[in-house]
Amino acid sequence: MTFISNLISGISLGSVYAIIALGYTMVYGIAKMLNFAHGDVIMVGAYVAFCSMAYLNLPPIVAIVIAMIACTLLGIIIEGLAYRPLRKASSLAVLITAIGVSYFLQNAALLIWGSTPKTFSSVVGFDSISLLDGKLIITAESIVTVIACIIIMIGLTLFTKKTRIGKGMRAVSEDKDAAELMGINVNVTISITFAIGSALAAIAGVLLCSAYPILIPTTGSMPGIKAFTAAVFGGIGSIPGAMLGGILLGIIEIFSKSYISTELSDAIVFAVLILVLLIKPTGLLGKKITEKV
Amino acid sequence: MSKIGNKIKNLNKFTLTNIKAYSIVIIAFIILFPLNSRGMISNSMSGLLVPICTYIVMAISLNLTVGFLGELSLGHAGFMSVGAFVGVIAASCFQDIIVSDVLRLIVSIIFGGFFAGIAGFIIGIPVLRLRGDYLAIVTLAFGEIIKNIINCLYVGIDAAGLHMGMTSIEALGMTNGRIIINGPQGAVGITKLSSFTAGVILILFTLFVVLNLVNSKTGRAVTAIRDNAIAAESVGIGITRYKLTAFIVSAVLAGMAGALYAMNFSSIVAKKFDFNTSILILVFVVLGGMGNIVGSIIATAVLYILPELLREFSDYRMLIYAIVLILVMLITNSEKTKQIKEQILLKLSRNKNKQRQEE
Repeated sequence: MTFISNLISGISLGSVYAIIALGYTMVYGIAKMLNFAHGDVIMVGAYVAFCSMAYLNLPPIVAIVIAMIACTLLGIIIEGLAYRPLRKASSLAVLITAIGVSYFLQNAALLIWGSTPKTFSSVVGFDSISLLDGKLIITAESIVTVIACIIIMIGLTLFTKKTRIGKGMRAVSEDKDAAELMGINVNVTISITFAIGSALAAIAGVLLCSAYPILIPTTGSMPGIKAFTAAVFGGIGSIPGAMLGGILLGIIEIFSKSYISTELSDAIVFAVLILVLLIKPTGLLGKKITEKV
Repeated sequence: MSKIGNKIKNLNKFTLTNIKAYSIVIIAFIILFPLNSRGMISNSMSGLLVPICTYIVMAISLNLTVGFLGELSLGHAGFMSVGAFVGVIAASCFQDIIVSDVLRLIVSIIFGGFFAGIAGFIIGIPVLRLRGDYLAIVTLAFGEIIKNIINCLYVGIDAAGLHMGMTSIEALGMTNGRIIINGPQGAVGITKLSSFTAGVILILFTLFVVLNLVNSKTGRAVTAIRDNAIAAESVGIGITRYKLTAFIVSAVLAGMAGALYAMNFSSIVAKKFDFNTSILILVFVVLGGMGNIVGSIIATAVLYILPELLREFSDYRMLIYAIVLILVMLITNSEKTKQIKEQILLKLSRNKNKQRQEE
């Protein structure tokens, strides 16, 4: 039974990673940049949701919506101010700027909300399900997380395949110049991508803090790194890849925590990542890169 | 005088950068050393001297990987960590054998560098098969793995020799032993061996190694691989060999810096050498200019002291640091500033032409 309950908590943690990784992967696919500040957007989302629930006494659903709106705006502002002027600069310059933004968000959060941990109350309203006479307990949070992840995944796939903006996004990720010639506004498309990624980050932040209820200004950084790893694991730039990578990463993490060692679980997660990349150098579902001289 | 002037002009570009790099370090040392020994530098500043030296070594060595080899490494602190803990163990082991502090420091630094080099070799083989962002993520992963493993490492020493374990200090089964590394609490009871002078000597050694490597046949092969790997391969440069050489040299230097760094404190934890430390060093390298050794030195010194100088803004200092970082990147890299720069240069060259015509 412990095996199944571990599997379920693995899938649940993995779903959170997957939602964060989707944001990473979409931004990477279109802007070709590693947005290291993504993890901190998660943290901001969680704080906004926390404040709206604890200080304004709003219902959880409204709090989530407010967090999403706040993060969407934040994402658009960050992209416009910090990343847009560097669109043609080297990828390393953009990376360092993203790190600067990440420092900024963490320290701004430290000033606004302080360093004392906030206890996040779960946004999920119903009780855990207990099966087989209480031998197997599925927490309500994990059910909601998994369902949210599936809905987001299907929604995003439909969005990029069917809608006009989604098609524009795919075009920009293939070839920016050609897309511009076809009448697609590249800047707006990239802004929308950041907006979607940040809104997803808000959801991920709320779900993450519902399951692990301690909220500090650096809450987002480790899940951010793990989700980035998940995105690479599945093949960066690919939406199903991010999903697969996230869930596998979550399962590996929980299993190594319960069967091998709590302290070494991160090391094991990263070791598996390295093994996968050695066998498939562009991730599980990544495209093969052909080289030209 | 004109003869000397001509001679300086005739020196090649590399020699000039070499002289610049060495002289900056030596001049800084000549100015700072008497100030420090007479206590004219504030306590918090003089405490920063050894860390600045180690971070300069870290930045120069990372510049070898990022600037000259052209591969983004996000796990450089991992090598520093290996060097730090191996150095501490070595210093502790040789405590009774080598009496001289200076000699013991040198031996520990060599041990730290050697083991970091082995780590670099083990990591380099798989890592250098990958490209771009995938390579970056694997170096990040290795840095985290090293941090995690050292975080649950227990090392002690007694009459029977060195004991190592991964579970707890009791499991080592020591009798009257001394604990060197105590799991998550890190290395404890380190004898402080590092000094500012040692730091500066290590910087000079690093400069000597890196500048000579860069200007050698190996260095030219490395930059050729960076500029175009396939073209380099087609003229007979063995890519893996040269990449690995640069990577290992970079790791060895980082390990030496780590050993020096650890021996500056009484205790040190593995968490100190995490992803953020790697990123910090990368920031130094990028702001100093990729492939620019002098730039790395200056950027490290300025950026390391900056939070200290901003202390009067107390709570706001890291926020200001972040804003400064973003602004510097925007100003040096955005399209608009590049255009403005070009316009100014164009004007200047026009003025020069005019002057020449008038003459």
